[in-house]
Amino acid sequence: MAVAAETDHIAMVQAAAERRFLLSRRLLASPAMIVVGVFGVLPLVIMWIYSFLVAATYGGVEWIFTTENYVAFLFQRDIFDDTLQFVPDYLQIYFRTFLLAAFTTVASLIVGFPTAYFMATRPPSQRNFWVFLITLPFWTNLLIRTYAIQLIIRDEGLVNDALQWLGAIDQPLHILYTNFAIMLGLLYSFLPFMVLPLYTSLEKLDFRLVEAGFDLYATRGRVLRRIVIPLAKPGIVAGCILVFIPALGAYVTPLILGGGKHHMIGSLIATQFGTSRNWPFGCAQAFILMAIVLVALLVYVRNMTGKSRVTHG
Amino acid sequence: MVDAVAVEARSVSKVFGTGADAVRALDGVSVTIRANEFFTLLGPSGCGKTTLLRLIAGFELPTAGEILLEGQHVEHLPPYQRPVNTVFQSYALFPHMTVAQNIAFGLEMRNVPRADIDNTVSEMLVLVKMAGLGGRRPSQLSGGQQQRVALARALANHPKVLLLDEPLSALDLKLRQGMRMELKNLQKTTGITFIFVTHDQEEALTMSDRIAVMSQGRIQQLGAPLDIYEQPVNRFVADFIGDTNFVTATIDGRAGDYVRCRCAGGLDLLASPIGGAGHGAKVTLAVRPEKILLKPGGLGTVAQTVYVGTDTNYEVRLGDGSHISVRLQNAADGHAQFAVGDTVAIDVPAGAARMLQD
Repeated sequence: MAVAAETDHIAMVQAAAERRFLLSRRLLASPAMIVVGVFGVLPLVIMWIYSFLVAATYGGVEWIFTTENYVAFLFQRDIFDDTLQFVPDYLQIYFRTFLLAAFTTVASLIVGFPTAYFMATRPPSQRNFWVFLITLPFWTNLLIRTYAIQLIIRDEGLVNDALQWLGAIDQPLHILYTNFAIMLGLLYSFLPFMVLPLYTSLEKLDFRLVEAGFDLYATRGRVLRRIVIPLAKPGIVAGCILVFIPALGAYVTPLILGGGKHHMIGSLIATQFGTSRNWPFGCAQAFILMAIVLVALLVYVRNMTGKSRVTHG
Repeated sequence: MVDAVAVEARSVSKVFGTGADAVRALDGVSVTIRANEFFTLLGPSGCGKTTLLRLIAGFELPTAGEILLEGQHVEHLPPYQRPVNTVFQSYALFPHMTVAQNIAFGLEMRNVPRADIDNTVSEMLVLVKMAGLGGRRPSQLSGGQQQRVALARALANHPKVLLLDEPLSALDLKLRQGMRMELKNLQKTTGITFIFVTHDQEEALTMSDRIAVMSQGRIQQLGAPLDIYEQPVNRFVADFIGDTNFVTATIDGRAGDYVRCRCAGGLDLLASPIGGAGHGAKVTLAVRPEKILLKPGGLGTVAQTVYVGTDTNYEVRLGDGSHISVRLQNAADGHAQFAVGDTVAIDVPAGAARMLQD
C-alpha cells in the first residue's frame, strides 16, 4: 500500500511539474500574443463591425446596421428610384492593383533570381557581404527612397537629362505618374524580399546535382529548368508571397509615383479614412482585399505543399 | 576488341589557381585505358586521381594536354556532349525526383522515345536489384540502395565509359565488400569500361583489371593488381599498397639469377637485379611481411606480437637494433608460433625481396 501511495505521489508531483513547465512556456509566448491581440486582432474586429455601419458626416460612424458598404463596391444606388447600377470603378482599381502587384512579382523574380544565384555561388566567406549589400536599402526610410526615385525619373530628372544630353530624345519621357513608374517603385522597394528567400534556397542547393545534370546530357537551360528551379521552389514561393502581398497593399509608392491619378487599393482605402471621411466604406474595402488575399494565399499554399509533398516524399 | 582504346590521356596537366596559390593537381599524365577493362586510379587524397576523372567527365578542362574518347578529341567538349557517365561519391541523386525519374533523366535529355525510356528504366531496376522501388524518393532509400540507383542512372545511358568516384566510400564495411563483387559483375555483364577512383588499396586489388597508382599528380606505376603488389617499382607504391619492410642493403656479388644483398643486422637477401645497380651499390629492398619465414635460431629477437585472427604479426629486433615485420599464419589450434623474447632466424626465399628504383 505504502509503495502504491508513494508512486501516486511521485506521479502527482511529476504532473504538477509538467503543468508548471507548460505554463512557463505559455508565459514566454504571452508578450507577443498580447501585442498581436491588442494591436492586430482587436482593430480587425472593430473594422469588421464598422464595415456594417453608416458613415457619420465628419468621420466616425453612426450605429445603424447596413450592408451598403459592400454593395457600393460594385454598384451605385440611384438617388431617385433606388435601383442598383453596376459601376466598375473600384473593380478597376482592384484589377490594376493586382496587375501591378503581379507584374512587380514577376519582374522581381526575373531580376532577383540571377542576383540570388550569383550570391549563392560566391565563396562562403564573401556571401555575407552580398547579403549585407542587399539589406543596405533598409537603412533609409522608404518614403525618402521613393522620393529619390521621383527625382530620378521626373521630366527634369536624371534619366531624362542624361538621355537628352546624349541626344537620344528631344522631349522628356513622361515616366513619372504612370503605372510604369509605380511598378518601378514597387520593384525597387520589394526586390530584397525576393532576393533573400531565393538566396536562402539556392545557397542550400547541392551544386553536385548541377554537375550530375550536366553529366546526364542536360544543357545549361535544362539543368536550370529541371534541377535548379524545382529545388529552389520553396524560395521562389516564399519570395513571391513576400513581394505580391505587400505590393497589393502598397500606399506610399502609388501616392508619390502615381501622383494620385493612379489609385491602388492601399491609397483608395487611405482616401476613405482621410478626405472622403467614409470610414465604414474604407473598412469594407479593407476586408474585401483581405478576403481576396486570404483566398489567393490558401490556393497558393495548398499548391505549394502539394508540390513539396511530391518533392520530399 | 581487346586492343580497342576507350580513353587516352596525352600529357594532361591541370593547374588550379594562379601565381603563388597555384596547385598542380596533374603533372603531364599519359595513360591509355582499354575498352571493357576495369581500370582503377588508386592513390592518397590529393594525388590527382579525382581530377583526372573530372577531366575525363568534362567537369574541368585540362590546362595542357589532350583527352581522347575512342579516338575522338573531347578535351574541350562540355560534359553533356561526352558519351561518359559518372557515379558520384555522394551519389548526387535528384531529391525532387523518384528513383525511376532519376534513372530516366539522362535518356529524357537525349530525347529517347518514352516507351524505350520506360523499358530501359525497368531493365536497370532489375539489373541493380531494385525492381519495384522505382516510385520511391532517394530520401526513402538506404545508402546502399542510393548507390544502386546512382549506378542504374549512369548505366541507363549505355555510356562508352563509366566513371566511378569513390562510390563505395560512404557505405559501411559489409555493404562495401558486397558491392565490390556486384560492381565487378556489372562491369563484366555490361561490357562497359569502368574507370574507378579509390584510395582503398584492397578495393583496387580485388576489382581491377589494371591499376594506376598515383601520387603528386603523376602515375607512379601502371599494371595488373598482381604486378603492382608483387613488383612495386618505387618506395611510394610499395609503401602505399600493403605492408612492406624497407631494408637498405649493399650489393655483394651475384648468385645465379639473383644478386646477393648484404643488409644491416647480418641479414642476406637474394633479389632480382634492376638496371644500374652494380657491385657495391647501395639499394633499397622491399620485403612483404608475409613472405618472410621465422625459424628457431639466433639472428634476432621477437620484440612484439600482434594477434590478427588468422595470422600473427611479429616485430623482430635484429642485432643492430633495426626491426623487421613478419606475418605468419597461426598454428592449427590458433596459437602464435613464437612468443615475445624468442630468438629467431629469418628466412627470406630468393626473389621475395624486391629491389626499388629509388
